Amino acid sequence: MAKYITKRILMIIPIVIFVSFVVYCVMDLVPGDPARTALGDEATEEQLEIYREDHGLNEPIVVRYAHYIGGLLHGDMGKSIYNNEDVWQLYFSKLPYTLLLAVASVILTVITSIPLGILAAVKRNEWVDTGASALSFIGLAMPNFWIGLLLIILFSVHLGWLPSSGAGAGWKSLILPMITCGTGNMAALTRTTRSAMLDVLRQDYLRTARAKGLNEHLVIIRHAFKNAQIPIVTMIGTQCATLVGGALITERVFAWPGIGSYLVDSILKSDYEVVTGFVIMTAVVVSLILLLVDIIYAFMDPRIKAEYARS
Amino acid sequence: MDRVEKSCKNSAGVRQNRALAVWRQFRRNKGAMIGLIITAALILLAVSADFIWDYETDVIGMNIADRMISPGTKYLFGTDNYGRDMLARVGYGARYSLVIGAVSVLFGLFVGVPIGTSAGYLGGRYDTIIMRMIDAFSIVPSILLTILMVTVLGTSLLNLMIALAISTIPIFARITRASVLTVRYNEYIESAKAIGASDFYIITKYIIPNCFSPILVQATLRMGTNIISAAGLSYIGLGVALPTPEWGALLSASKQFIIQAPYLCFFPGLAIMITVMSINLVGDGLRDALDPKLKR
Repeated sequence: MAKYITKRILMIIPIVIFVSFVVYCVMDLVPGDPARTALGDEATEEQLEIYREDHGLNEPIVVRYAHYIGGLLHGDMGKSIYNNEDVWQLYFSKLPYTLLLAVASVILTVITSIPLGILAAVKRNEWVDTGASALSFIGLAMPNFWIGLLLIILFSVHLGWLPSSGAGAGWKSLILPMITCGTGNMAALTRTTRSAMLDVLRQDYLRTARAKGLNEHLVIIRHAFKNAQIPIVTMIGTQCATLVGGALITERVFAWPGIGSYLVDSILKSDYEVVTGFVIMTAVVVSLILLLVDIIYAFMDPRIKAEYARS
Repeated sequence: MDRVEKSCKNSAGVRQNRALAVWRQFRRNKGAMIGLIITAALILLAVSADFIWDYETDVIGMNIADRMISPGTKYLFGTDNYGRDMLARVGYGARYSLVIGAVSVLFGLFVGVPIGTSAGYLGGRYDTIIMRMIDAFSIVPSILLTILMVTVLGTSLLNLMIALAISTIPIFARITRASVLTVRYNEYIESAKAIGASDFYIITKYIIPNCFSPILVQATLRMGTNIISAAGLSYIGLGVALPTPEWGALLSASKQFIIQAPYLCFFPGLAIMITVMSINLVGDGLRDALDPKLKR
């Protein structure tokens, strides 16, 4: 097992190098001159040339990338062109907010969707199932940022219960963004749980479990759900990964001070040093989350653990 | 080659029957039919929008006298801060979302399907390299990839569609490869090879038609996702810009009037929801109708 984990961690390195190289090259294609952005319109051609020379902007892209990745390994991702802040520090100052939002929203998703999905599968074609299906259809079709706006209108403007932006009011600030991020995920996870459970409920060993007289709750929870966990965990893992790297629009609706809003701000301000760094770090964090999911599989399914041990 | 063509003609007849059978199955699904009818109505609205509203006067023309009127009999959806009828703006907006959804998916199919087919059919090192690259890209969340692409290409309607298409390519490549692998080792492929059919012939006549269902279902469902992403990008200012009445852009503009005129942000969002929901219903219906496991 330890060997498998080490191997997987080592495998992340080439993937991250490949992705970061592509991102670095792509960001290099963005129209505009970083020297001009940094020094402003009044700078003379000479000053621009000095800036380019100092920052190695005249080197070929492969050399610049090599410098960049060398720096990254030492926790140096350059500085923001806009306010000269250290990109590495910026990332890690925003990461806790994004993680907090992601974890809160995933917990909300799990505690609502899994019971609902199980119930829908067990009571197939009854009103619970129809209701859950209808709700998840609606949830999947609603854009997150629209849900956010509706929640702000109801809870911030009309009722005045919860703040509409920022993270200044403690747990109260977290509630609306958490629900907003969670809606689509709840819909998706309910559907996944339902179909995973339906697959399992058809199996023979469930009939056996019932035949030997186990009570229905035990059959559902211990025998059926335990075997339906793999697709559910896969879905939760994907959702975590997407939340850490992709809650850009929701974070922006609520001015949540996480990675997403800062990244969008940086794109709009053409602060490409920050954009490059943040995207590369997102790739790293997402790979780690996906690795974690693979490790969790092993704890849930001894067959997978055995397979890991073999490889 | 004669025999290949003959068997192909037969299979064309079979395919027609199968399409009919799928349609019969589809028609029985109430949700799917509702989705299909709403989608058709939206397409009709998008196509005929120019006959219903005049773009210059009704959709982007200002009418300061009637600004910020709440929904009522005169203006069913109300008016915005420039006195523009929201019904006209939201109605006209249907064409943007539908076109963005359809074109981005078609672009994605156009590139993704050949990549996936070649990887699955040729196998070996080529397959490994292609799939590794696709796996590597899947660690960047799709919305982030789209935003990066728009940043590089610049914000415009066309670039938005290209960016969405690029983020869709890996999904289509993966699903195509997976379904190619399920048919590739079938006996009829082997027999076509034995008769001397070329790889190209086998791929276009046998492989792709037999992999069609999962790709079609995924394409339909992906259209909904792309419509939502496009609206999201317009919302944060990286998609279609005002005064174009794209639904995400309308929502973005409505945010500043959230206190005085909350209805402004209600209708564009509702329009997105209804569109995506009806497309998803069609997609789900197609999946049920095409999946032989669920038949009978």
